[in-house]
Amino acid sequence: MSYKMHALVCGGTGCRASNSQDIIAKLQEALEKKKLAGEVQVIATGCFGFCEQGPIVKIMPDNTFYTRVKPDDAEEIIAEHIIKGRKVERLLYKDPERKESVSDSKHMSFYRKQLRVALRNCGFIDPENIEEYIGRDGYAALAKCLGEMTPREVIDEIKLSGLRGRGGGGFPTGLKWEFAGKYQADQKYVVCNADEGDPGAFMDRSIMEGDPHSVIEAMAICGYSIGASKGLVYIRAEYPLAIQRLKIAIQQANEYGLLGERILDSDFNFSIELRYGAGAFVCGEETALIHSMEGARGEPTMKPPFPAESGYLNRPTNVNNVETFANIPVIIMKGANWFNKIGTERSKGTKVFALAGKINNVGLIEVPMGATLREVIYEIGGGIKNGKKFKAVQTGGPSGGCLTEKHLDIPIDFDNLLASGSMMGSGGMIVMDEDDCMVSVAKFYLDFTVEESCGKCTPCRVGNKRLYEILDKITRGNGELSDIDHLRNLGKVIKDTALCGLGQTSPNPVLSTLDNFLDEYLAHVKERKCPAGRCKELLSYVIDPVLCIGCTLCTRTCPTNAISGTRKEPHVIDAEKCIKCGTCINKCKLKAISVQ
Amino acid sequence: MTTITLPKCAIETLVKICAKHDNQPGELINILHEAQGTLGYLPREVQEVIARQLRVPVSRVYGVVTFYSFFTMTPKGKHPISVCMGTACYVRGAETILDEFKRRLEINAGGVTPDGQFSLDSLRCVGACGLAPVVLVGEKVYGRVTHAEVEKIITEHAEKSS
Repeated sequence: MSYKMHALVCGGTGCRASNSQDIIAKLQEALEKKKLAGEVQVIATGCFGFCEQGPIVKIMPDNTFYTRVKPDDAEEIIAEHIIKGRKVERLLYKDPERKESVSDSKHMSFYRKQLRVALRNCGFIDPENIEEYIGRDGYAALAKCLGEMTPREVIDEIKLSGLRGRGGGGFPTGLKWEFAGKYQADQKYVVCNADEGDPGAFMDRSIMEGDPHSVIEAMAICGYSIGASKGLVYIRAEYPLAIQRLKIAIQQANEYGLLGERILDSDFNFSIELRYGAGAFVCGEETALIHSMEGARGEPTMKPPFPAESGYLNRPTNVNNVETFANIPVIIMKGANWFNKIGTERSKGTKVFALAGKINNVGLIEVPMGATLREVIYEIGGGIKNGKKFKAVQTGGPSGGCLTEKHLDIPIDFDNLLASGSMMGSGGMIVMDEDDCMVSVAKFYLDFTVEESCGKCTPCRVGNKRLYEILDKITRGNGELSDIDHLRNLGKVIKDTALCGLGQTSPNPVLSTLDNFLDEYLAHVKERKCPAGRCKELLSYVIDPVLCIGCTLCTRTCPTNAISGTRKEPHVIDAEKCIKCGTCINKCKLKAISVQ
Repeated sequence: MTTITLPKCAIETLVKICAKHDNQPGELINILHEAQGTLGYLPREVQEVIARQLRVPVSRVYGVVTFYSFFTMTPKGKHPISVCMGTACYVRGAETILDEFKRRLEINAGGVTPDGQFSLDSLRCVGACGLAPVVLVGEKVYGRVTHAEVEKIITEHAEKSS
């Protein structure tokens, strides 16, 4: 049956949390009521990327992009748009600058600068239907490899493309495949690292939810090129939807003969199984990941031997991350020389970022390497929320650093971010504004590292704990000047001596904030003040008796009844009872309450 | 090894789960996932049964259970509350939301209320960063949670059980 129109509804985790499944049900119900179920097909797709405006419904073929749709809007969309051909104006995206509605996503500043390679199918296809993937050239790359290319040629193509690992390290993918290909063994393994542990990063999850077949196809291509017949996806148990979609995709690929024995009538056999993570950030490190797949504690071991020589069950193993794999089929189809024209000299292609924090357009974006932070934050991201002032952007997750105003025009690539004291990491990008205290942010990341350190090596286990304690002391107003030197020295020692990538990068949030925001540390230590007003121990809330008109709004919202006063008279805050939650400040219309 | 006082049916379930994975020590994590999915948590005795089936020391099982944050040795409340403490939620005020839950429920993160109704945890990123700060109660996701909504969320679930 061919449909005249399609309603694509985002079925990613973010939009599902805002009831997108109910929207699908209501749309179908409305279509049936109008006897249009045979004309218009409703499809749950993967993530569209524009999470801030979710749930998103896109009507095809006219590309109308509806934002923040509620289940109750379904009937109106069908009655107005589908039947009468009139767009539902109130659900269209309003361009904040031009103050007008934009109905086609192509014209939104959020999408205009993006280039979607790894995310090419996310939001376009039904991830639970293999035919839709095949309809967009899916599995053609695998067929090309098996039919026209030798394993050596596949590896050479990937090498020529300049693709580097998207999981954080940035190691050239083709080279990695070449190593794994060189070792002879009775069994080799291809592993997909889908243990996305960075807090605030959801790139890999969105790819697996929106386009699972691209990962499966790429793993099979990798298997062919290195001579492996078994693939394993190590995925977080916290990603139930991604697990479900991968399972469906693997089953469908098996049914279509795109996995299994003698794939596409060649001599190549390849099967894929899932292995579940159980919540350990260190398992993103490949040796730790392999131990975890073997059923043990996910502790890293010394390299060499590299997994390419001795990995899972001591066999040669190639580990790549989800986004890296998602790039492979396109490189094979369009050629390495297409791919290596995109990006900068030493970082080719695009990068997916999860843009979040104090930014107007939270979402999943993909830009060519070499785009600047300014373009990402101000053009795509739409600038800082509530008109506040930009302070920093944290890239690279707990292993990365905080970049500031002066870094905004640096072209983003692996080497530039490293040279600026941060790193690419897996692609989390958290924007912070003037209200964020950088000492607290550093403490937040250290708290994470301390909890996630596997405990095997002393620098990471003990050193990071000490870093955390010093930061805690500073945020409580008990810091001394010598503490700042201690932080620097200890941070450097941990970087130099820790066993694995987690420990070697864990002091980065501290060192980069010390470099870029030393004045904030000094204010905490010397003046016992938190300039951003975040460190509770250093704050007190006061009501200005001149500005307060006694409207009693604050008394009514205070959760601890700490504010008292007579109506129409200035109120006072009882410092003993005040828990410094900030509710009153946000409520006061006269700005009579301040933090000191 | 101490005597095991788990109900017989629980032991049988565990034996079956282990057998399904051929009693392979390499399958330990998958076995623990299934055991926790069925029994809710992994107390000492559960670990002892699994260790016996896989013929590995209990210390090996215990080492794995305590290594991964997904596994828990204490039962959760009837309504498990998780406050996302991923970076995106953190910068949008998740800490004050967690503090408010602690204050209202009078328990710390990791604790359970004496009546067993609520347990409180923080978790690292559910990936719904567009809705930050995010709170999960069971499978239900609450987005853009404000300080004032905390009480509402608690009452909503408390009423459900009464």
